[in-house]
Amino acid sequence: MVVKQFKFKKRAGSKGRWRDRAASALFLAPSFCGVSIFYIIPFFVVGYYAFLNSPISGQFVGFDNFVALFQNDSFLKAAKNTATFSCMAVPAAVILSLLLALLLDSKIPGKSKFRAMFLFPMMVPVASVVLIWQVLFSYNGAFNSFLAVFGVQAVDWLKSDYSQLVALLLFLWKNLGYNMILFMSGLGNIPGELLEVAQIEGCGPVYTFFAIKLRFLSPTILFVTIMSLINSFKVFREIYLLTGDYPYGGLYMLQHFMNNMFASLDYPKLAAGAIVMAVVMVAIIAVLFVAENKFGKGVEG
Amino acid sequence: MRRRHTALGRTKKTLLVAVALMSAVLFMFPTVLTICNSFMSQSEINSSYGSVFESSGSSDSVTFKLIPGVVSLDQYATTLFQSPDYLLKFWNSVILVLPIVLFQIALALLAAYSFFRFRGKHKEIILFVYTILMLMPYQVTMVPNYIVSQGLDILNTRSAIWLPGITAPFSVFLLTKFMRRIPESYIEAAKLDGAGNIRIFFQICLPMCKSVVVSVAILVFIDYWNMVEQPLILLSDSSLYPLSVFLSQINTGELGLAFAVSTIYMIPPLLIFLGGEEHLVAGITYSGGMKG
Repeated sequence: MVVKQFKFKKRAGSKGRWRDRAASALFLAPSFCGVSIFYIIPFFVVGYYAFLNSPISGQFVGFDNFVALFQNDSFLKAAKNTATFSCMAVPAAVILSLLLALLLDSKIPGKSKFRAMFLFPMMVPVASVVLIWQVLFSYNGAFNSFLAVFGVQAVDWLKSDYSQLVALLLFLWKNLGYNMILFMSGLGNIPGELLEVAQIEGCGPVYTFFAIKLRFLSPTILFVTIMSLINSFKVFREIYLLTGDYPYGGLYMLQHFMNNMFASLDYPKLAAGAIVMAVVMVAIIAVLFVAENKFGKGVEG
Repeated sequence: MRRRHTALGRTKKTLLVAVALMSAVLFMFPTVLTICNSFMSQSEINSSYGSVFESSGSSDSVTFKLIPGVVSLDQYATTLFQSPDYLLKFWNSVILVLPIVLFQIALALLAAYSFFRFRGKHKEIILFVYTILMLMPYQVTMVPNYIVSQGLDILNTRSAIWLPGITAPFSVFLLTKFMRRIPESYIEAAKLDGAGNIRIFFQICLPMCKSVVVSVAILVFIDYWNMVEQPLILLSDSSLYPLSVFLSQINTGELGLAFAVSTIYMIPPLLIFLGGEEHLVAGITYSGGMKG
């Protein structure tokens, strides 16, 4: 009897393994095929194009396209604007949303209502509120009227050097809610005992924050930073809806550049641009991950 | 604990509530204004906001009116009956977004199941690739999408938007994260009962993932309801444009309608938000930790 059972088990085991492998592949297949066709394979094609002088005649030109790209004024301007914007937007988004999360985390009433209200802008389609923003910040707009009370001269905000600030406001308005929820979940994961001990030991809230909460929040901070970074590129949507194809100087972002390349079908630049951005993104993410690993050590387990 | 009941504690609390209230008002303000203004008549709008859009450089400053002088359904009437254009674009939005939400999640559930149940070095590499792709901004992924769409000759058709949307790795990432939290014991029990993969998928994983699926669906919906880059690049025929793009191209003559159209456009996301806010928060919360 024992021998029979043993034999049965062995055969079922190997057949089961094959079955498992097949199931594993089958379940993944639709998604993976799709991702390969629409993302992975064409990405390599783009990489290939980046080294040709034109997709049709296909002469290999080495790094020429990249050199041309970096000498292109529009590209440089777009890159600089995008970088400046992200450098402003990401820290602002992270810090402000952390403050909001701490605010909601302290024992105030109506927490869930506030949470809903902060999350609200994320749901509202940008196209719907763009008008209000235009009205707020135009030359004759409400914001200028407000400033006039303080004797500040009216400025056409969207067409000035402060245009990035308007975009920043729009970005923060939209994204703080989402980041705040992420932080609230991070705060929720801090072991309660530690906080209790801290209180018993007589630590003030500021010290508790920096010594304990911050360390435990470091993976969350990393995640929020990455998400904010990604979302800061999406701000193109808001800017496009506010100002159209060729916005004022400071708002001309990488996506505008890409858009216009698409319109003029400038493939070499397009491909090179995409590759450059991809490389930069991967580099930034790698740096963030390494930083988090170093800083957040000792927090797990 | 005794500290909370001091006068200082109460003051602090009141202060915090005040800050929260002010912030909340700031956040809600643009939306509320849009909705309220949609109930104004054309003339009121022009008198309040006309100076913004007239190129004559009039220096009347803009007045914000929260409560319309005369409540009027003018805008809605015109939109619904006289300018079907907007409704067409609204329909475009719907028809572009719904299939993406449905099918992206369907595909993602299948893939997440595979990532969850069957681990292996190759799998982890694939998951890693998915993650990197997900983190790439649209500017990067647009180019491959465009090239493939061109190659498949689906440029300027709805499929050019549908297909990259359906195959996007975003949902896979979130759903995998969640599914991996399902305790092994459930699966073991099911296997002992003789359940095959299909049964485990439908009868265990799916029911447990309901909340996260709702949350992911909401996030995907918002993202695509707002989409601007994809239609601009992949579609050249403006009759296919969704409202997200079209709304920005309202000329001054139609300013009066804009608020009503904006409000109508807001309704689906708002309804979904009101219905699904709890799930949304739960889903975002789960997706929060990078570890585990």
